[in-house]
Amino acid sequence: MTWQGWAEIALTLSLAVAIGWPLGVFLSRVWNGEKTFLAPVIRPVEGLFYKACGVDPGKSQSWHAYALALLALNLVGFVFVYAVLRLQGVLPLNPQGFPGLSGHLAFNTAISFITNTNWQSYAGESTMSTLSQMLVLTVQNFVSAATGATVAAALARAFVANRGEGVGNFWADLIRTTLYLLLPLSFVVAVVLVALGLPQTLAASVTAHTLEGADQKISLYAVASQEAIKMLGINGGGIFNANSAHPFENPTPLTNLITAVSINTLGWAAFFAFGRTVLAKKDVRALVIAAFVLLFAGAAGVYATETQSPPAQVAAKVDASVNMEGKEVRFGAPATAAWVAMTTGASNGSVNGMHSSLMPLGGGIAMFLMQLGEILPGGIGSGVAIMVVMALLSVFVAGLMVGRTPEYLGKKVEAREIQFSILAVVIIPLSMLGFSGLAAVLPEALKGLMHSGPHGLSEILYAYVSGTANNGSAFAGLTANAPWWNVTLGIAMALGRFLPIVAVLAIAGSLVTKPKLAPTAGTLPTDGGLFIGLLIGVILILGGLQFFPAMALGPIAEHFQALGAVAALR
Amino acid sequence: MLSHLRPALVSMGLFTALLGLAYPLAVTGVAQAAFPAQANGSLVRDTDGKVVGSALIGQAFAKPEYFHGRPSAAGNGYDAMASSGSNMGPLNDKLIKREKTDAVALRAENPGSVIPADAVTTSASGLDPDISPANARFQAPRVSRERGVPLGQVTALIDAQVQQPLLGFIGQPRVNVLALNRALDARFPPIASQKGG
Repeated sequence: MTWQGWAEIALTLSLAVAIGWPLGVFLSRVWNGEKTFLAPVIRPVEGLFYKACGVDPGKSQSWHAYALALLALNLVGFVFVYAVLRLQGVLPLNPQGFPGLSGHLAFNTAISFITNTNWQSYAGESTMSTLSQMLVLTVQNFVSAATGATVAAALARAFVANRGEGVGNFWADLIRTTLYLLLPLSFVVAVVLVALGLPQTLAASVTAHTLEGADQKISLYAVASQEAIKMLGINGGGIFNANSAHPFENPTPLTNLITAVSINTLGWAAFFAFGRTVLAKKDVRALVIAAFVLLFAGAAGVYATETQSPPAQVAAKVDASVNMEGKEVRFGAPATAAWVAMTTGASNGSVNGMHSSLMPLGGGIAMFLMQLGEILPGGIGSGVAIMVVMALLSVFVAGLMVGRTPEYLGKKVEAREIQFSILAVVIIPLSMLGFSGLAAVLPEALKGLMHSGPHGLSEILYAYVSGTANNGSAFAGLTANAPWWNVTLGIAMALGRFLPIVAVLAIAGSLVTKPKLAPTAGTLPTDGGLFIGLLIGVILILGGLQFFPAMALGPIAEHFQALGAVAALR
Repeated sequence: MLSHLRPALVSMGLFTALLGLAYPLAVTGVAQAAFPAQANGSLVRDTDGKVVGSALIGQAFAKPEYFHGRPSAAGNGYDAMASSGSNMGPLNDKLIKREKTDAVALRAENPGSVIPADAVTTSASGLDPDISPANARFQAPRVSRERGVPLGQVTALIDAQVQQPLLGFIGQPRVNVLALNRALDARFPPIASQKGG
């Protein structure tokens, strides 16, 4: 480990927060329908959307209506993506000549992209036509990100209202977030990325005649336009199989910095937007600090594991100061470690190094950050929403200790909020561990594994953790393009997405009708160090402890095997 | 639910037109006009204008007079239609065997020097265009032998090709293998082609 490495990690992680702050102020203005500097250009387009859709953006919806609108949009999205992928072979803009996808792969991919997971059971450059990449995958990258953001907007309104009724208008939140924030920002970032080397062409490939006289066919796409929203929307589904490790997606340390910051910055922006909307900047600052501490610890942990001696390099008697299997030379250990934490702490799932080849505990940390529920800072809006659920549980625990009805941000937290909070967080381990348990004993599932022993269990566990958490990264030794994996992972992704969203909206629906209370001497302060400590504790116990037995059999067991192997070789 | 279907269908249609067609096509238009070299894959051409590769994509080198890239798990090696890492876990038997075999061959060509880690490990993409400066220097004696050029001149060429981290700490020092080999061919043509020409 070097000071340069630590400086790179610290800069990458904190730059995302620093840029997220002003973007969050902007996002809050967009949610509130306040005027922004983009209004002259975008207002007319926004108005066209409302008119064509037949919605009144000023009409606030009940939480039921808000949730139904959200589910209707996602249902339409699912059907559309599924249809295009199945029919890819007969649709235009298919210079690669790829056939339609199988039923189970199209099912998995459609759920994967509407849920903002972007798990990929396929290799992009040998499966997806230019049309599919643009027309369905890029569109869902935007729409699924905006869907997550609407949840935070609704929850924020519930906290700010005093005996209110509606939680806002889903269509207005969706359309505004997309048009004012995601689209203009993606356009700017995409053009910058092209300037720095990403291809952007409708051609499918080019053939080079190499120095040694061979032919090398090189796959091309409109990469930059999808790359920008893939990172900013916290989606993570790469154009190419190697994702952000591919030199066309991420050619230099500078593109790596820009795209890594993009993974987290809108997640943080949603935290700050929530804080500004609720007029609770200090309380949200506490949430940000708690999340950042955990995220930084994760990055530091991975940096430490990747600079331990890898058994294979020790056995081969080569330089063993850094684990280079599955890493790119231009990134090395620090840039890969920062990325591992940022992509798993947010629900992004893109990779700039192969997680399956990380040292055992490095891969374990990646899994652990996802198990915490995707709140560091998580997806745009979905992250801060689940973080607020964690805060509700924290004040509830504190309330139990002193025997007072807990409050958070001026709202009484009662039985209904806690019931739905538990519902939101309990589905995560249920799906992750339940499916993993099944897969570990079914021959149909096991034949997809590349490894046996602890690393094989990690492949299974990682897949369902990643799917349920809507992350999308993988221990990619697993061959997931088979009916069992495609179908069960599809179900896990849908459960992990829509149950927590509906639960959070139900909490919003309950909170919005309550009176807004002024803090009293008996109110637990939720903006100080004490609360940050309590919150981190609740997150670690809820997220960490219940996974410990499974993790002990996977990455932790493999860690001790690796230590033993290295000791025996020396 | 039914009352929500109209806005769901209409907005999905409009989003598809705006985000799925207009947005990528607009970026393509700007990219092709302002940055055509990058937008078309950063292609490298020889003096006749023929494409010899992409500056960003590694290509296979096996001849001893060239610097070699890292081992590759993309297809049969540097297949730019099938990017991939090995995905092997740190205790994978095949990984350990592969690294040991590769190390034996490397040690034979340059005994006494420490073999750099990137020389025996596969990259994440299988298309890593770079090697570490240490890896290039490790291969320098072989290249110097094969080309009949003093070692000092080869290492000087390497030093000129090293790209340093941005601001000294963002990214890692690296050498682009294709660029290094092209510089090598330009300065010190291989012995075979000297004889032939």
